[in-house]
Formats: sequence, C-alpha cells, structure tokens
Amino acid sequence: MCGIVGLFLKDKSLEPQLGSMLSQMLISLSDRGPDSAGIAIYGAPSGNEAKITIQSAKPERDFRGLDAELAKAIGAPVTLSVKSTHAVVRTTPDKIDEARETIQALRPDIRIMGAGDVVEIYKEVGLPEAVVDRFDVRSMTGTHGIGHTRMATESAVTTMGAHPFSTGADQCLVHNGSLSNHNNVRRELIREGMKFETENDTEVAAAYLSSQMAHGKNLGEALEGTLSDLDGFFTFVVGTKNGFGVVRDPIACKPAVMAETDQYVAFGSEYRALTKLPGIDSARVWEPEPATVYFWEH
Amino acid sequence: MPAINISKALDQGHVQSRASRAFDLAELPLRELNQALHNLTPGSNETAWEVLNPKGSHSVAVGVDQPITIDVRGSVGYYCGGMNDGSAITVHGSAGPGVGENMMSGSITVKGDASQYAGATGRGGLLVIEGNASSRCGISMKGIDIVVYGNIGHMSAFMAQSGNLVVLGDAGDALGDSIYEARLFVRGKVGSLGADCIAKEMRPEHLELLQGLLDRAGVTGVKAAEFKRYGSARTLYNFNIDNADAY
Repeated sequence: MCGIVGLFLKDKSLEPQLGSMLSQMLISLSDRGPDSAGIAIYGAPSGNEAKITIQSAKPERDFRGLDAELAKAIGAPVTLSVKSTHAVVRTTPDKIDEARETIQALRPDIRIMGAGDVVEIYKEVGLPEAVVDRFDVRSMTGTHGIGHTRMATESAVTTMGAHPFSTGADQCLVHNGSLSNHNNVRRELIREGMKFETENDTEVAAAYLSSQMAHGKNLGEALEGTLSDLDGFFTFVVGTKNGFGVVRDPIACKPAVMAETDQYVAFGSEYRALTKLPGIDSARVWEPEPATVYFWEH
Repeated sequence: MPAINISKALDQGHVQSRASRAFDLAELPLRELNQALHNLTPGSNETAWEVLNPKGSHSVAVGVDQPITIDVRGSVGYYCGGMNDGSAITVHGSAGPGVGENMMSGSITVKGDASQYAGATGRGGLLVIEGNASSRCGISMKGIDIVVYGNIGHMSAFMAQSGNLVVLGDAGDALGDSIYEARLFVRGKVGSLGADCIAKEMRPEHLELLQGLLDRAGVTGVKAAEFKRYGSARTLYNFNIDNADAY
C-alpha cells in the first residue's frame, strides 16, 4: 500500500492554497498507510537565503540557542523557525553546506530532513492528519509539493524512514512500492561519494536521481534511468526546485491517477485524492502509462 | 377531498411508481448503501437505484444479487460491482482497479475509463468499458464477457480460462500470456503476444459470436470481420518431459 500525492501549480493565484490542497489530498488517502506521513513544500524563492529543514526528538534541548551558535560558527546571519519537532534554518546560500556540517557538529542528535533554496520537508510517525496539524502544513504557500502516507514494508517505522526522502538540494522523492536491488545500488552510490541516513530502499531511489542529475541529466532523463537501473515495484513522484515528475515501473501494479487543468497538474495513488481539487470534473484525468516518464517544469 | 387522478399525477411526476431510490454517499456511509442492496429480496419493487457523489469510493455496489439497475453518478474507486450477480450497474464516470471483479452474472457498464484488472476472475455477465481499460484487463477470467471500446493495457487476459474479451482499439504487451480457453478479439494492434497465445482463424461461428457481443455491448458501426482472434496454442497444458532439465 502507501499513498502518494503531488501537486504542481500552473496558476499563481492558487499558490496561497498549496498547503491546504496538498494536505486535503494526503488526508484522503490515510487508510493506504497509517504508519507515518510526510510532505515537502516548495515555497517561493527569496533569492538571498537558503533553507535547511532539521528534526530532533528533543526539540527544546536541541533547538534552543542553535541560531546564535550557528551564526557565530559560520559567520553569517541565521534565523530559526521552530515547528514542533522540526525547524527551518535560514542563512545565505553560499553558507548552506557549511551550516549543514556545523549543525551536525553542534547538535549530533539533530537529523537533516533536506535543504535547498525553496524546499521545506516535514515528516513524522502518525496519521496524515496529525502530521499536517502538527506542522501547520495547511497554512503553507508554494508552487508545488509532494506527500506520502506510509505502510512500512522495507524498513522501520521511524521519522527517518518516513517519506519524502531528500538527497540533493531542493530534490525529494516519494515512493509507493519496494525495490529489490537497493543494496547493490546503494553500494555503487556510496562508492561515488553519496551519503545515506537509513537502510531504506526509497532513499536509494532518491540518491540515484540526485546522482544522475549531478552528472548533468535533467529530471526527465534521470527518471528514464530508473527504468533500467532500479529493479522492483515503484511509482515515484519527484520534486525539484522548479520541476515535478512521475514514473512507474514497467509492471505498474502500484496505482496512479493524474489530473491536469490550466491551473495545475495533480497526482494521487487513487482518484479519491483528487476529488476536491478545483475544476476536477472538467479536468483531463488519466492513468499514467507504465515505463513512461512524465515531468513538468516552471 | 378530490380524487387524485393517478395517471395525471404520474405524468406530472407527483407520484413515482417504481421510483428510483437515490443514495447520496456525501450524506450516508457506503456500508449503508451496500447493506440496503444486500437486503433486497426477489420481487422487491425497489428495482432502480441511483448512487450520488461516489467520489472515488471503494466497493460501491459489491455483492448485489437481485436484478435491479444501479446508476452511479460519478467516478468510483476499487472493486465497484465486484461479485455482481444479476444487477445492471452503470458507472457514469471512470472506475478504479478491479471493477466487476469476480462478476457472476448481470452487467456493468463504465462510461469512462477503467483502471487495472477490470473484470478479473469474472465468471459470467457482461462488462463494458466505453473508454480505455488499463493493465491486466480480464486477468484469470473464467466465463465473463468483456467489451472495451478503447485500448487495453499490458498483461491483459493473463491465464484467462474462458469467456470472451473484445477490444475495439489496441492491446498492450503480453496479451493472453499462459491463456487457457478464453477467446480474445482485437480490432487494433497488439503490442505483443504472451507465452502460448497465438493468432487464430476467425471462423463463421466466431464472427457470429463476436457480432452478438458487439450488439449486446451497444457497439454500432463496427463489423466483426474487422477483428482478429487470439487464443491458446495449448502447448503449456501438459508438462513436456524435454523441459525437465530446466527445473
């Protein structure tokens, strides 16, 4: 099982509603996976700051004073906005890698959810509605986003085992299915220098795409590569800074429905997830073909 | 009190003889709908049902065993009309995975598209998809008749045992893999044939059978002679001792 959703807005007037639309889509699929849930939202780029989403099991202890300590250590302004167990660290884009390493040195128990110019990632154990409420996702604005509600099959039910997985700047991925060659692919990617946080198969798919794009491929070409290099069942929905992509394995037993209007492109594991979107009754609704890459870019 | 002119009242719609019973899934839970349908007994006057606001709900009108009509106004999720035994269901929208799974008799018509494994394991009745059907259409079918106006996806009629699958458009890869005695009629292109599935001669009895299926499915302007027939080469029926080394 597992339920996945994605929403890519074409109409700027919908951007203030991105968080509420995506939340509603994800909650409608709660019974496809009650273990944990997560959402990645791509906000509007600000130009002069980049973000790191961090998580801690002890947020009071780990987040207190972190902004001042981090600003001093990297010699750049830092702001910290705390949302429950997560927080978003903002600093100048040229300091983002240094900030990431420094956070881990200053607070070893903090986990990095993802980083980039625009993405924020929130994920926790629990039902989608609880996760959405905890992080106030409904009030978030943005251009596109993806979400996942998990029924674990491949690794433990933990915050870090929840989707989305982010392995590159502003890149993240949600997955329905299970991969059978992830150990081999992980070993190859480690040899290339990629770092992994979990034993999870989906993290390997995310890292594979990050690696392909780091080698110069665009999102569509990277997704094409999954069809020959990843073995197993998958429907992937992927976000990049300005793009949104979908691919299903050639067997395509994991369900998928898409809808497109002049205002948006939407993805759901089931049609149920799409029924409250504006104009859905006149949208083009279709099932994505197996072994076929779909992607959109702003 | 003036006498009511029943026929006039009927004309004006004041009295609904054999009224269609509407069930709004935005107001009432799915279980109540299915329980009400299961409570029907032979001879019931409630022979016409309408389901409103399905909005992708799973298992709409499963297990109905009375000869009633059910009009579903919108798109449904998994397993709509599963195990249907005698009712005539029309989905005025698209259907999710497993529409008409294990249908016994009656009919299901989907005005839009159907997702994967439409009509899976069906033993009887007629399933009509007026749009396209996705992968594994008619998988393991055991007597059902399926007519698809559009295309069907890969692995359709996998291990199909009996019944007829009629496709007015194209079929995807691995059509009829490991097929037994089901008959497959495809008017368009076939991506590829699965193991032990071959093109077969269209004899007069097949043309007659196919024309009957097209007529029952409301297809007009299409001739049986435009189709090709596919079925089993029957080479997998018995173990071939020469293959023993492969195991």
